[in-house]
Amino acid sequence: MAWRLLWFAVLACYLRLIRAGFRRYASYWQAIIAGLATNVVFGFMRCAVLLTVFAGGSWVAGYDPSRTVTFVWIGQGLIAVVLLWGDSEFGERVRRGDVAVDLLRPVDLQCALLAEDLGRAGCALLTRFSGPLLIGGLAFDLTLPGWAGRWAVFGLSVLLAVLVSFGLRFVLNLVAFWLLDWRGLHSLYAVIAGLLAGLVVPIGFFPGWARALIWATPFPAILQAPIDIAIAHGAVPPLLLHQLAWVVILLAAGRWVLSRAVRTLVIQGG
Amino acid sequence: MGEQLAVYRRLVAASVRSQLAYPTSFALQCVAQAVVQLEDMMIIVVLFTRIPAMGGFSRQEVLLVYSLAGMSFGLAHLMVGSLDRTAQLVRTGQLDGLLLRPLPAMAQICACEFALRRAGKVVTALAVLGYVLATAPITWTPLRVLLALLTPLTGLVLLCAMWVAAVAPTFWLVEADELPNTLTYASGMFTSYPVSVFSGWLLRLMAFVIPGAFVAYYPALAILGKADPLGLPPLLRYSAPLVALLAAGVAALIWRAGLRHYVGTGS
Repeated sequence: MAWRLLWFAVLACYLRLIRAGFRRYASYWQAIIAGLATNVVFGFMRCAVLLTVFAGGSWVAGYDPSRTVTFVWIGQGLIAVVLLWGDSEFGERVRRGDVAVDLLRPVDLQCALLAEDLGRAGCALLTRFSGPLLIGGLAFDLTLPGWAGRWAVFGLSVLLAVLVSFGLRFVLNLVAFWLLDWRGLHSLYAVIAGLLAGLVVPIGFFPGWARALIWATPFPAILQAPIDIAIAHGAVPPLLLHQLAWVVILLAAGRWVLSRAVRTLVIQGG
Repeated sequence: MGEQLAVYRRLVAASVRSQLAYPTSFALQCVAQAVVQLEDMMIIVVLFTRIPAMGGFSRQEVLLVYSLAGMSFGLAHLMVGSLDRTAQLVRTGQLDGLLLRPLPAMAQICACEFALRRAGKVVTALAVLGYVLATAPITWTPLRVLLALLTPLTGLVLLCAMWVAAVAPTFWLVEADELPNTLTYASGMFTSYPVSVFSGWLLRLMAFVIPGAFVAYYPALAILGKADPLGLPPLLRYSAPLVALLAAGVAALIWRAGLRHYVGTGS
Protein backbone atom coordinates (compact mmCIF):
# COMPACT_ATOMS: atom_id res chain seq x y z
CA MET A 1 0.00 0.00 0.00
CA ALA A 2 2.69 2.47 0.99
CA TRP A 3 4.69 1.58 -2.09
CA ARG A 4 1.74 2.22 -4.33
CA LEU A 5 1.20 5.66 -2.77
CA LEU A 6 4.84 6.52 -3.35
CA TRP A 7 4.56 5.52 -6.99
CA PHE A 8 1.53 7.77 -7.40
CA ALA A 9 3.39 10.66 -5.82
CA VAL A 10 6.38 10.21 -8.12
CA LEU A 11 4.17 9.92 -11.18
CA ALA A 12 2.18 13.02 -10.21
CA CYS A 13 5.43 14.93 -9.78
CA TYR A 14 6.59 14.09 -13.31
CA LEU A 15 3.16 14.88 -14.75
CA ARG A 16 3.40 18.30 -13.13
CA LEU A 17 6.83 18.80 -14.66
CA ILE A 18 5.42 17.94 -18.09
CA ARG A 19 2.65 20.48 -17.59
CA ALA A 20 5.11 23.11 -16.38
CA GLY A 21 7.27 22.56 -19.48
CA PHE A 22 4.21 22.98 -21.69
CA ARG A 23 3.01 26.16 -20.03
CA ARG A 24 6.44 27.73 -19.92
CA TYR A 25 6.81 27.58 -23.71
CA ALA A 26 3.17 28.45 -24.40
CA SER A 27 3.61 31.81 -22.67
CA TYR A 28 6.04 33.14 -25.29
CA TRP A 29 3.48 33.49 -28.08
CA GLN A 30 5.31 36.29 -29.95
CA ALA A 31 8.34 34.02 -30.18
CA ILE A 32 6.12 31.15 -31.36
CA ILE A 33 4.70 33.27 -34.20
CA ALA A 34 8.13 34.57 -35.22
CA GLY A 35 9.54 31.03 -35.26
CA LEU A 36 6.55 29.82 -37.23
CA ALA A 37 7.03 32.53 -39.85
CA THR A 38 10.68 31.54 -40.33
CA ASN A 39 9.80 27.84 -40.68
CA VAL A 40 7.13 28.65 -43.26
CA VAL A 41 9.30 30.92 -45.44
CA PHE A 42 12.07 28.32 -45.48
CA GLY A 43 9.46 25.65 -46.24
CA PHE A 44 8.39 27.42 -49.44
CA MET A 45 12.01 27.90 -50.57
CA ARG A 46 12.95 24.27 -49.84
CA CYS A 47 9.96 23.04 -51.82
CA ALA A 48 11.00 25.13 -54.84
CA VAL A 49 14.61 23.89 -54.71
CA LEU A 50 13.72 20.20 -54.24
CA LEU A 51 11.02 20.25 -56.91
CA THR A 52 13.66 21.11 -59.55
CA VAL A 53 14.73 17.46 -59.22
CA PHE A 54 11.53 16.35 -60.98
CA ALA A 55 12.31 18.15 -64.25
CA GLY A 56 13.27 14.82 -65.83
CA GLY A 57 10.83 12.31 -64.29
CA SER A 58 8.14 11.98 -61.70
CA TRP A 59 9.91 9.62 -59.25
CA VAL A 60 13.32 10.13 -57.57
CA ALA A 61 14.57 7.65 -54.93
CA GLY A 62 11.03 6.62 -54.02
CA TYR A 63 9.72 10.21 -53.79
CA ASP A 64 7.20 11.83 -56.12
CA PRO A 65 6.60 15.62 -56.05
CA SER A 66 3.75 15.32 -53.54
CA ARG A 67 5.80 13.14 -51.15
CA THR A 68 8.74 15.54 -51.54
CA VAL A 69 6.78 18.63 -50.50
CA THR A 70 5.23 16.63 -47.65
CA PHE A 71 8.78 15.72 -46.59
CA VAL A 72 9.61 19.44 -46.52
CA TRP A 73 6.55 20.56 -44.53
CA ILE A 74 6.66 17.79 -41.92
CA GLY A 75 10.38 18.48 -41.56
CA GLN A 76 9.83 22.22 -41.11
CA GLY A 77 7.17 21.44 -38.52
CA LEU A 78 9.30 18.99 -36.57
CA ILE A 79 12.36 21.31 -36.26
CA ALA A 80 10.96 22.95 -33.13
CA VAL A 81 9.38 19.74 -31.76
CA VAL A 82 12.71 17.87 -31.68
CA LEU A 83 14.84 21.04 -31.17
CA LEU A 84 16.95 20.04 -34.15
CA TRP A 85 19.69 22.62 -33.54
CA GLY A 86 20.15 21.48 -29.93
CA ASP A 87 19.72 23.54 -26.78
CA SER A 88 22.14 24.78 -24.17
CA GLU A 89 19.94 25.53 -21.16
CA PHE A 90 21.06 22.60 -19.00
CA GLY A 91 24.70 23.06 -20.06
CA GLU A 92 24.42 26.69 -19.01
CA ARG A 93 23.18 25.56 -15.56
CA VAL A 94 26.18 23.27 -15.30
CA ARG A 95 28.54 26.08 -16.29
CA ARG A 96 27.05 28.49 -13.74
CA GLY A 97 26.99 25.85 -11.01
CA ASP A 98 23.17 25.87 -10.61
CA VAL A 99 23.27 22.15 -11.31
CA ALA A 100 24.26 21.64 -7.67
CA VAL A 101 20.73 22.72 -6.70
CA ASP A 102 19.22 20.46 -9.38
CA LEU A 103 21.07 17.47 -7.96
CA LEU A 104 19.72 18.14 -4.46
CA ARG A 105 16.10 17.79 -5.58
CA PRO A 106 14.37 14.53 -4.64
CA VAL A 107 13.69 13.59 -8.29
CA ASP A 108 15.92 11.87 -10.80
CA LEU A 109 17.73 14.60 -12.78
CA GLN A 110 17.52 12.90 -16.17
CA CYS A 111 13.85 11.98 -15.74
CA ALA A 112 12.93 15.47 -14.53
CA LEU A 113 14.61 17.15 -17.50
CA LEU A 114 12.97 14.62 -19.83
CA ALA A 115 9.53 15.34 -18.35
CA GLU A 116 9.98 19.07 -18.89
CA ASP A 117 11.20 18.44 -22.42
CA LEU A 118 8.14 16.31 -23.21
CA GLY A 119 5.92 19.21 -22.11
CA ARG A 120 7.90 21.58 -24.30
CA ALA A 121 7.62 19.21 -27.26
CA GLY A 122 3.86 18.92 -26.72
CA CYS A 123 3.48 22.68 -26.89
CA ALA A 124 5.65 22.78 -30.04
CA LEU A 125 3.53 20.02 -31.59
CA LEU A 126 0.35 22.06 -31.17
CA THR A 127 1.85 25.30 -32.50
CA ARG A 128 5.12 25.00 -34.42
CA PHE A 129 4.24 21.63 -36.04
CA SER A 130 0.60 22.13 -36.94
CA GLY A 131 1.18 25.67 -38.30
CA PRO A 132 3.60 24.82 -41.15
CA LEU A 133 1.64 21.65 -41.97
CA LEU A 134 -1.57 23.65 -42.29
CA ILE A 135 0.00 26.32 -44.51
CA GLY A 136 1.88 23.74 -46.56
CA GLY A 137 -1.37 21.81 -46.97
CA LEU A 138 -3.15 24.90 -48.28
CA ALA A 139 -0.40 25.68 -50.82
CA PHE A 140 0.52 22.15 -51.95
CA ASP A 141 -1.01 18.74 -52.49
CA LEU A 142 0.41 16.80 -49.53
CA THR A 143 0.60 13.01 -49.12
CA LEU A 144 -0.58 12.55 -45.53
CA PRO A 145 -1.53 9.31 -43.76
CA GLY A 146 -4.97 8.28 -44.99
CA TRP A 147 -6.12 6.28 -41.97
CA ALA A 148 -6.00 6.65 -38.20
CA GLY A 149 -3.61 3.71 -37.73
CA ARG A 150 -0.79 5.39 -39.64
CA TRP A 151 -1.35 8.67 -37.79
CA ALA A 152 -0.99 6.69 -34.53
CA VAL A 153 2.25 5.07 -35.70
CA PHE A 154 3.48 8.51 -36.83
CA GLY A 155 2.64 9.88 -33.38
CA LEU A 156 4.62 7.08 -31.75
CA SER A 157 7.53 7.78 -34.09
CA VAL A 158 7.50 11.50 -33.21
CA LEU A 159 7.56 10.57 -29.50
CA LEU A 160 10.58 8.33 -30.13
CA ALA A 161 12.19 11.15 -32.15
CA VAL A 162 11.80 13.53 -29.20
CA LEU A 163 13.32 10.88 -26.89
CA VAL A 164 16.33 10.34 -29.22
CA SER A 165 16.83 14.08 -29.55
CA PHE A 166 16.59 14.50 -25.76
CA GLY A 167 19.11 11.69 -25.26
CA LEU A 168 21.59 13.35 -27.62
CA ARG A 169 21.11 16.83 -26.16
CA PHE A 170 21.44 15.55 -22.58
CA VAL A 171 24.83 13.95 -23.29
CA LEU A 172 25.94 17.02 -25.26
CA ASN A 173 25.06 19.35 -22.39
CA LEU A 174 26.80 17.09 -19.84
CA VAL A 175 30.08 17.86 -21.61
CA ALA A 176 29.89 21.21 -19.84
CA PHE A 177 31.06 19.36 -16.68
CA TRP A 178 34.47 18.92 -18.32
CA LEU A 179 34.69 21.79 -20.83
CA LEU A 180 34.42 25.34 -19.50
CA ASP A 181 33.25 26.70 -22.84
CA TRP A 182 31.43 24.10 -24.86
CA ARG A 183 29.81 26.48 -27.36
CA GLY A 184 32.12 25.25 -30.11
CA LEU A 185 30.94 21.67 -29.67
CA HIS A 186 27.37 22.90 -29.55
CA SER A 187 27.59 24.74 -32.88
CA LEU A 188 29.25 21.73 -34.47
CA TYR A 189 26.33 19.59 -33.27
CA ALA A 190 23.80 21.96 -34.87
CA VAL A 191 25.65 21.81 -38.17
CA ILE A 192 25.88 18.02 -38.24
CA ALA A 193 22.30 17.44 -37.06
CA GLY A 194 20.80 19.55 -39.85
CA LEU A 195 22.44 17.51 -42.57
CA LEU A 196 22.36 13.99 -41.10
CA ALA A 197 18.82 14.15 -39.74
CA GLY A 198 17.52 14.64 -43.29
CA LEU A 199 16.20 18.18 -43.04
CA VAL A 200 17.34 19.77 -46.29
CA VAL A 201 17.63 16.79 -48.64
CA PRO A 202 15.88 13.45 -48.08
CA ILE A 203 18.56 10.93 -47.07
CA GLY A 204 17.27 8.76 -49.94
CA PHE A 205 18.66 11.31 -52.43
CA PHE A 206 22.24 10.63 -51.27
CA PRO A 207 24.45 8.03 -52.99
CA GLY A 208 24.28 4.48 -51.49
CA TRP A 209 27.48 4.57 -49.41
CA ALA A 210 26.50 7.91 -47.81
CA ARG A 211 23.01 6.59 -47.02
CA ALA A 212 24.47 3.60 -45.13
CA LEU A 213 26.81 5.87 -43.16
CA ILE A 214 24.06 8.33 -42.23
CA TRP A 215 21.64 5.60 -41.06
CA ALA A 216 24.40 4.26 -38.78
CA THR A 217 24.10 7.48 -36.73
CA PRO A 218 21.19 8.41 -34.43
CA PHE A 219 20.33 11.55 -36.43
CA PRO A 220 17.87 10.06 -38.99
CA ALA A 221 15.81 8.83 -36.01
CA ILE A 222 15.13 12.47 -35.13
CA LEU A 223 13.57 13.60 -38.42
CA GLN A 224 13.82 11.28 -41.42
CA ALA A 225 12.25 8.26 -39.67
CA PRO A 226 8.98 9.95 -38.60
CA ILE A 227 8.71 11.70 -41.98
CA ASP A 228 9.20 8.43 -43.89
CA ILE A 229 6.54 6.79 -41.72
CA ALA A 230 4.07 9.60 -42.44
CA ILE A 231 4.52 9.48 -46.22
CA ALA A 232 4.76 5.66 -46.35
CA HIS A 233 8.34 5.64 -47.69
CA GLY A 234 9.90 2.31 -46.68
CA ALA A 235 8.72 -0.33 -44.20
CA VAL A 236 7.60 0.81 -40.74
CA PRO A 237 9.13 -1.84 -38.37
CA PRO A 238 12.83 -1.20 -39.27
CA LEU A 239 12.31 2.55 -38.88
CA LEU A 240 10.71 2.18 -35.44
CA LEU A 241 13.36 -0.34 -34.37
CA HIS A 242 16.15 2.06 -35.43
CA GLN A 243 14.55 4.77 -33.29
CA LEU A 244 13.90 2.47 -30.33
CA ALA A 245 17.48 1.15 -30.35
CA TRP A 246 18.88 4.69 -30.22
CA VAL A 247 16.47 5.70 -27.43
CA VAL A 248 17.81 2.86 -25.27
CA ILE A 249 21.47 3.47 -26.17
CA LEU A 250 21.34 7.25 -25.68
CA LEU A 251 19.32 7.28 -22.45
CA ALA A 252 21.64 4.62 -20.95
CA ALA A 253 24.68 6.58 -22.14
CA GLY A 254 23.21 9.69 -20.56
CA ARG A 255 22.85 7.96 -17.16
CA TRP A 256 26.40 6.64 -17.33
CA VAL A 257 27.94 9.98 -18.32
CA LEU A 258 25.90 11.75 -15.61
CA SER A 259 27.21 9.37 -12.94
CA ARG A 260 30.78 10.12 -14.06
CA ALA A 261 30.09 13.85 -14.33
CA VAL A 262 28.70 14.16 -10.81
CA ARG A 263 32.00 12.79 -9.46
CA THR A 264 33.86 15.75 -11.01
CA LEU A 265 31.50 18.23 -9.35
CA VAL A 266 32.95 20.28 -6.52
CA ILE A 267 30.52 22.47 -4.58
CA GLN A 268 32.29 25.45 -3.05
CA GLY A 269 31.22 27.56 -0.12
CA GLY A 270 28.69 26.57 2.48
CA MET B 1 34.56 60.35 -38.49
CA GLY B 2 38.19 59.21 -38.22
CA GLU B 3 37.90 59.21 -34.48
CA GLN B 4 34.69 57.19 -34.59
CA LEU B 5 36.35 54.66 -36.85
CA ALA B 6 39.20 54.29 -34.36
CA VAL B 7 36.72 53.66 -31.52
CA TYR B 8 34.88 51.10 -33.68
CA ARG B 9 38.17 49.32 -34.44
CA ARG B 10 39.03 49.17 -30.74
CA LEU B 11 35.65 47.75 -29.81
CA VAL B 12 35.96 45.09 -32.52
CA ALA B 13 39.48 44.21 -31.37
CA ALA B 14 38.32 43.90 -27.74
CA SER B 15 35.42 41.67 -28.78
CA VAL B 16 37.68 39.43 -30.85
CA ARG B 17 40.19 39.15 -27.97
CA SER B 18 37.46 37.97 -25.62
CA GLN B 19 36.40 35.27 -28.09
CA LEU B 20 39.99 34.07 -28.47
CA ALA B 21 40.16 33.49 -24.71
CA TYR B 22 38.66 30.04 -25.38
CA PRO B 23 40.76 28.96 -28.37
CA THR B 24 39.39 25.40 -28.73
CA SER B 25 35.81 26.55 -28.66
CA PHE B 26 36.60 29.37 -31.08
CA ALA B 27 38.30 27.00 -33.53
CA LEU B 28 35.36 24.58 -33.41
CA GLN B 29 32.91 27.40 -34.05
CA CYS B 30 34.96 28.52 -37.09
CA VAL B 31 34.92 24.95 -38.39
CA ALA B 32 31.14 24.73 -37.81
CA GLN B 33 30.60 27.88 -39.87
CA ALA B 34 32.81 26.59 -42.66
CA VAL B 35 30.95 23.27 -42.65
CA VAL B 36 27.54 24.99 -42.84
CA GLN B 37 28.63 26.63 -46.07
CA LEU B 38 30.06 23.32 -47.31
CA GLU B 39 26.74 21.59 -46.59
CA ASP B 40 24.88 24.09 -48.75
CA MET B 41 27.26 23.18 -51.55
CA MET B 42 26.73 19.45 -50.94
CA ILE B 43 22.99 19.92 -51.35
CA ILE B 44 23.57 21.45 -54.79
CA VAL B 45 26.00 18.69 -55.72
CA VAL B 46 23.65 15.93 -54.48
CA LEU B 47 20.69 17.40 -56.39
CA PHE B 48 22.82 17.59 -59.54
CA THR B 49 23.51 13.85 -59.35
CA ARG B 50 19.80 13.54 -60.29
CA ILE B 51 19.36 16.39 -62.81
CA PRO B 52 21.39 18.05 -65.62
CA ALA B 53 20.21 21.64 -64.97
CA MET B 54 18.45 23.67 -62.27
CA GLY B 55 16.28 26.59 -63.38
CA GLY B 56 18.21 26.67 -66.68
CA PHE B 57 21.61 26.70 -64.92
CA SER B 58 24.35 24.06 -65.08
CA ARG B 59 26.12 22.85 -61.92
CA GLN B 60 29.08 25.19 -62.41
CA GLU B 61 26.75 28.12 -63.00
CA VAL B 62 24.68 27.40 -59.88
CA LEU B 63 27.90 27.08 -57.87
CA LEU B 64 28.99 30.52 -59.15
CA VAL B 65 25.75 32.06 -57.84
CA TYR B 66 26.12 30.08 -54.59
CA SER B 67 29.72 31.16 -53.96
CA LEU B 68 29.15 34.85 -54.81
CA ALA B 69 26.12 34.90 -52.50
CA GLY B 70 28.03 32.94 -49.84
CA MET B 71 30.86 35.49 -49.81
CA SER B 72 28.43 38.41 -49.44
CA PHE B 73 26.28 36.68 -46.82
CA GLY B 74 29.30 35.55 -44.78
CA LEU B 75 30.72 39.07 -44.72
CA ALA B 76 27.33 40.64 -43.94
CA HIS B 77 26.74 38.12 -41.13
CA LEU B 78 30.17 39.01 -39.75
CA MET B 79 29.62 42.75 -39.90
CA VAL B 80 25.97 43.22 -38.89
CA GLY B 81 24.81 39.78 -37.65
CA SER B 82 24.96 40.99 -34.04
CA LEU B 83 22.09 43.37 -34.76
CA ASP B 84 19.92 40.32 -34.00
CA ARG B 85 20.44 41.28 -30.34
CA THR B 86 18.70 44.63 -30.80
CA ALA B 87 15.30 43.51 -29.48
CA GLN B 88 17.01 42.09 -26.39
CA LEU B 89 18.87 45.38 -25.83
CA VAL B 90 15.60 47.29 -26.10
CA ARG B 91 13.82 44.90 -23.69
CA THR B 92 16.50 45.11 -21.05
CA GLY B 93 17.05 48.83 -21.48
CA GLN B 94 20.73 48.30 -22.22
CA LEU B 95 20.26 50.42 -25.34
CA ASP B 96 20.15 53.51 -23.10
CA GLY B 97 23.80 53.03 -22.29
CA LEU B 98 24.75 52.72 -25.94
CA LEU B 99 22.87 55.89 -26.88
CA LEU B 100 24.88 57.91 -24.37
CA ARG B 101 28.20 57.03 -25.98
CA PRO B 102 29.74 59.02 -28.83
CA LEU B 103 29.41 56.28 -31.48
CA PRO B 104 26.23 55.44 -33.44
CA ALA B 105 24.19 52.75 -31.67
CA MET B 106 24.25 50.49 -34.74
CA ALA B 107 28.05 50.54 -34.91
CA GLN B 108 28.27 49.74 -31.20
CA ILE B 109 25.86 46.80 -31.40
CA CYS B 110 27.78 45.38 -34.36
CA ALA B 111 31.21 45.92 -32.81
CA CYS B 112 30.49 44.70 -29.29
CA GLU B 113 29.83 41.17 -30.50
CA PHE B 114 31.91 41.00 -33.64
CA ALA B 115 31.69 37.22 -34.13
CA LEU B 116 34.91 36.45 -35.96
CA ARG B 117 33.89 32.77 -36.22
CA ARG B 118 31.53 33.78 -39.04
CA ALA B 119 34.61 34.31 -41.21
CA GLY B 120 34.63 30.49 -41.50
CA LYS B 121 31.74 30.78 -43.94
CA VAL B 122 33.60 33.32 -46.06
CA VAL B 123 36.64 31.06 -46.32
CA THR B 124 34.60 28.15 -47.75
CA ALA B 125 32.70 30.41 -50.15
CA LEU B 126 35.96 31.99 -51.32
CA ALA B 127 37.50 28.57 -51.98
CA VAL B 128 34.49 27.45 -54.03
CA LEU B 129 34.44 30.79 -55.87
CA GLY B 130 38.10 30.33 -56.80
CA TYR B 131 37.42 26.81 -58.05
CA VAL B 132 34.38 27.88 -60.09
CA LEU B 133 36.07 30.92 -61.65
CA ALA B 134 39.03 28.74 -62.66
CA THR B 135 36.97 25.90 -64.15
CA ALA B 136 33.74 27.45 -65.49
CA PRO B 137 33.69 28.30 -69.22
CA ILE B 138 33.91 32.09 -68.85
CA THR B 139 35.29 34.41 -71.58
CA TRP B 140 37.03 37.02 -69.48
CA THR B 141 36.73 40.69 -70.41
CA PRO B 142 37.91 43.64 -68.27
CA LEU B 143 34.28 44.40 -67.40
CA ARG B 144 33.63 40.83 -66.25
CA VAL B 145 36.81 40.81 -64.12
CA LEU B 146 35.65 44.04 -62.51
CA LEU B 147 32.22 42.54 -61.87
CA ALA B 148 33.70 39.40 -60.32
CA LEU B 149 35.70 41.56 -57.90
CA LEU B 150 32.91 44.02 -57.19
CA THR B 151 29.99 41.62 -56.75
CA PRO B 152 30.90 40.28 -53.27
CA LEU B 153 31.03 43.91 -52.12
CA THR B 154 27.77 45.10 -53.70
CA GLY B 155 26.16 41.91 -52.39
CA LEU B 156 27.56 42.75 -48.95
CA VAL B 157 25.98 46.22 -49.04
CA LEU B 158 22.65 44.76 -50.18
CA LEU B 159 22.54 42.06 -47.51
CA CYS B 160 23.63 44.50 -44.77
CA ALA B 161 20.81 46.81 -45.86
CA MET B 162 18.32 43.92 -45.68
CA TRP B 163 19.62 42.97 -42.23
CA VAL B 164 19.25 46.51 -40.87
CA ALA B 165 15.79 46.92 -42.42
CA ALA B 166 14.68 43.53 -41.06
CA VAL B 167 15.89 44.19 -37.51
CA ALA B 168 14.48 47.73 -37.22
CA PRO B 169 10.83 46.58 -36.71
CA THR B 170 11.89 44.88 -33.46
CA PHE B 171 12.03 48.39 -31.96
CA TRP B 172 8.24 48.05 -32.01
CA LEU B 173 7.90 44.26 -31.63
CA VAL B 174 10.36 43.83 -28.80
CA GLU B 175 9.59 40.17 -28.09
CA ALA B 176 9.86 38.97 -31.68
CA ASP B 177 13.62 38.37 -31.70
CA GLU B 178 13.28 35.68 -34.33
CA LEU B 179 11.11 37.64 -36.77
CA PRO B 180 14.04 39.23 -38.70
CA ASN B 181 15.25 35.69 -39.52
CA THR B 182 12.40 35.32 -42.01
CA LEU B 183 14.20 37.97 -44.05
CA THR B 184 17.89 37.73 -43.15
CA TYR B 185 18.70 34.02 -43.08
CA ALA B 186 16.01 33.36 -45.67
CA SER B 187 17.74 35.81 -48.02
CA GLY B 188 20.96 33.94 -47.33
CA MET B 189 19.35 30.80 -48.74
CA PHE B 190 17.36 32.52 -51.50
CA THR B 191 20.34 34.35 -53.01
CA SER B 192 22.42 31.12 -53.15
CA TYR B 193 20.25 29.74 -55.97
CA PRO B 194 19.39 31.16 -59.40
CA VAL B 195 16.14 33.07 -58.85
CA SER B 196 14.67 31.18 -61.83
CA VAL B 197 14.35 28.17 -59.48
CA PHE B 198 11.55 30.03 -57.69
CA SER B 199 8.23 31.31 -59.00
CA GLY B 200 5.08 33.22 -58.10
CA TRP B 201 4.85 35.48 -55.04
CA LEU B 202 8.01 34.00 -53.52
CA LEU B 203 10.05 35.09 -56.57
CA ARG B 204 8.52 38.56 -56.71
CA LEU B 205 8.93 39.15 -52.96
CA MET B 206 12.42 37.76 -52.36
CA ALA B 207 14.02 38.76 -55.69
CA PHE B 208 12.58 42.19 -56.37
CA VAL B 209 10.65 43.67 -53.42
CA ILE B 210 13.56 42.56 -51.24
CA PRO B 211 16.27 42.98 -53.89
CA GLY B 212 17.69 39.44 -53.55
CA ALA B 213 18.15 38.96 -57.31
CA PHE B 214 20.84 41.67 -57.36
CA VAL B 215 23.09 40.03 -54.74
CA ALA B 216 24.48 37.28 -57.00
CA TYR B 217 21.99 36.30 -59.72
CA TYR B 218 22.20 39.29 -62.09
CA PRO B 219 25.96 39.80 -61.67
CA ALA B 220 26.46 36.06 -62.34
CA LEU B 221 24.42 36.36 -65.55
CA ALA B 222 26.71 39.18 -66.68
CA ILE B 223 29.89 37.27 -65.79
CA LEU B 224 28.65 34.16 -67.60
CA GLY B 225 27.30 36.17 -70.58
CA LYS B 226 24.01 34.29 -70.16
CA ALA B 227 20.53 35.39 -71.19
CA ASP B 228 18.05 35.91 -68.34
CA PRO B 229 15.62 32.94 -68.25
CA LEU B 230 13.05 35.35 -66.79
CA GLY B 231 13.39 37.55 -69.91
CA LEU B 232 13.84 40.87 -68.05
CA PRO B 233 15.83 43.82 -69.59
CA PRO B 234 19.56 42.96 -69.98
CA LEU B 235 20.55 46.26 -68.35
CA LEU B 236 19.41 44.85 -64.97
CA ARG B 237 22.51 42.67 -64.77
CA TYR B 238 24.74 45.75 -64.33
CA SER B 239 22.42 47.58 -61.95
CA ALA B 240 23.52 45.89 -58.69
CA PRO B 241 25.68 48.83 -57.43
CA LEU B 242 22.83 51.28 -57.97
CA VAL B 243 20.28 49.02 -56.29
CA ALA B 244 22.71 48.52 -53.40
CA LEU B 245 23.03 52.27 -52.82
CA LEU B 246 19.25 52.67 -52.95
CA ALA B 247 18.72 49.77 -50.51
CA ALA B 248 21.29 51.20 -48.09
CA GLY B 249 19.47 54.54 -48.13
CA VAL B 250 16.07 52.95 -47.45
CA ALA B 251 17.51 50.77 -44.68
CA ALA B 252 19.11 53.80 -43.00
CA LEU B 253 15.74 55.61 -43.00
CA ILE B 254 13.93 52.60 -41.48
CA TRP B 255 16.58 52.17 -38.78
CA ARG B 256 16.43 55.85 -37.93
CA ALA B 257 12.64 55.68 -37.59
CA GLY B 258 13.02 52.69 -35.26
CA LEU B 259 15.63 54.40 -33.12
CA ARG B 260 13.42 57.52 -32.86
CA HIS B 261 10.53 55.34 -31.69
CA TYR B 262 12.65 54.07 -28.80
CA VAL B 263 11.90 55.90 -25.58
CA GLY B 264 13.70 53.70 -23.07
CA THR B 265 12.27 51.44 -20.42
CA GLY B 266 12.39 54.07 -17.69
CA SER B 267 13.75 53.49 -14.25
